[in-house]
Amino acid sequence: MAVERLVEQLKHGLDAPICLTWELTYACNLACVHCLSSSGRRDPRELTTAEAKAVLDELHDLQVFYINIGGGEPTIRRDFFEIVEHSISRDIGVKFSTNGAFITDDAARRLAAMDYLDIQISLDGLDAATNDAVRGDGSYATARRAMDRLASAGFGPFKISIVVTRHNVDQLDGFEALADSYGAQLRVTRLRPSGRGADSWHDLHPTNDQQMQIYRWLLNHPNVLTGDSFFHLNALGEPLPGLNMCGAGRVVCLIDPIGEVYACPFVIHDEFHAGSVRDPGGFTKVWRESELFTELRHPQSAGACASCGSYDACQGGCMAAKFFVGLPLDGPDPECVNGHGAEALATIDRAKNPRPADDHSKPSPVTFTRKAVSSSLSAS
Amino acid sequence: MSPRDTLQTMENTTVTVADEQDELVEDELLVEEISIDGMCGVY
Amino acid sequence: MTVALDASMELHPQVALRPEPFGALAYHYGNRRLVFLKSPDVLAVVRALGRHPTVADALSACGVEERRWPAFVAALDSLENSEVVRGR
Repeated sequence: MAVERLVEQLKHGLDAPICLTWELTYACNLACVHCLSSSGRRDPRELTTAEAKAVLDELHDLQVFYINIGGGEPTIRRDFFEIVEHSISRDIGVKFSTNGAFITDDAARRLAAMDYLDIQISLDGLDAATNDAVRGDGSYATARRAMDRLASAGFGPFKISIVVTRHNVDQLDGFEALADSYGAQLRVTRLRPSGRGADSWHDLHPTNDQQMQIYRWLLNHPNVLTGDSFFHLNALGEPLPGLNMCGAGRVVCLIDPIGEVYACPFVIHDEFHAGSVRDPGGFTKVWRESELFTELRHPQSAGACASCGSYDACQGGCMAAKFFVGLPLDGPDPECVNGHGAEALATIDRAKNPRPADDHSKPSPVTFTRKAVSSSLSAS
Repeated sequence: MSPRDTLQTMENTTVTVADEQDELVEDELLVEEISIDGMCGVY
Repeated sequence: MTVALDASMELHPQVALRPEPFGALAYHYGNRRLVFLKSPDVLAVVRALGRHPTVADALSACGVEERRWPAFVAALDSLENSEVVRGR
């Protein structure tokens, strides 16, 4: 039989994820404005070390090659190294995402000695003014210090991961230079209105013109990683590298700190909850048999986007982006490059937008302060 | 089915399979590298 | 340099193969590269490489029609670039 386009086959889902995100803890030393997991306070129901290892044993049996560990701040967990080492011992490569606060010189040396381990340092600005406006005072210095320590310890190439906002989009060349200076790999990802991001999305997300700027920049920098998060921009022309499809529930998913399985880390909400690794049958049964994932693996209709010529390229964009701004899933993405999303948004009553079921934020999270950014801009 | 019918059916089948394999050969490469980072829905 | 039909090759020892309905996933633990093998035939050939003296022998053993060999050689080229297969 003729070979169906690979992507069409992957949309039907696989017997095991290709890779997945695992948030180890909701605890975090930071309180970033746009935190997709609304992290801050540890959840008392967190998976134990034994439970975590059992999940890894399952992933080994499923032949998951690689996992992306995050949080919250995963290095806060006292068993962080134990979990990572167990993963690697079970032939599951690890990339972990960190704000760098706990990458001491010792930790850097220990990490440098490990194989099959990748590190991704989060950074959202080229200077403290831009970065700390979103991630909090001192976070820029912390991230840079972690990078310096990894470099000194001979870790080798790590990744620097940026969430693109209205206020850092002009810094993309600078981020590339920064990555080059460390021999690191740059990763540039899309801001979704998820978690605490829902509150600041309208102020932070790139403008239409900036989206065009991002698209052109990514086309000119094909070696920059994107986590395939900009496939909605493919309606602008030549597709960006990557699978260019929503992987949620089909080839990827999220395991959260208390063992709940969601379609992806950007949809931590009941609507996208598939089950729990603590249920009988564990993660494997959730992945293969949950109602949600079965539904997502069914052919999706274009819905309101059916009459738009761009649908094949953009596939209606991102579920998380639509869901948390209150748009229907079978319609345009809020950042639809043809403007259909903006039209639809105009009629939305934001007060009724979905809120995450559990909010692990600390009592006084960072609120985005325009003041900090505009004073740095006026100085330049 | 008569021997002649069977032979005809076999010939038809062979032609059909060859067409489909032509599609496989001509359509796209048999392997494709996608970055492990190239899947949306991951940190 | 194109892979030669009389070359001896093998799966790279740091690569894991995971069969799928469409063919297979190949993951190289060392360089983190992920390759989709888009037909079960390609998977069979990749697995057979190490057991046969030459690429041509592996292709024959897997029942691949000679008409399709150029496409398979192109695939092996690509796999060699990704370090999924290597000369031995």
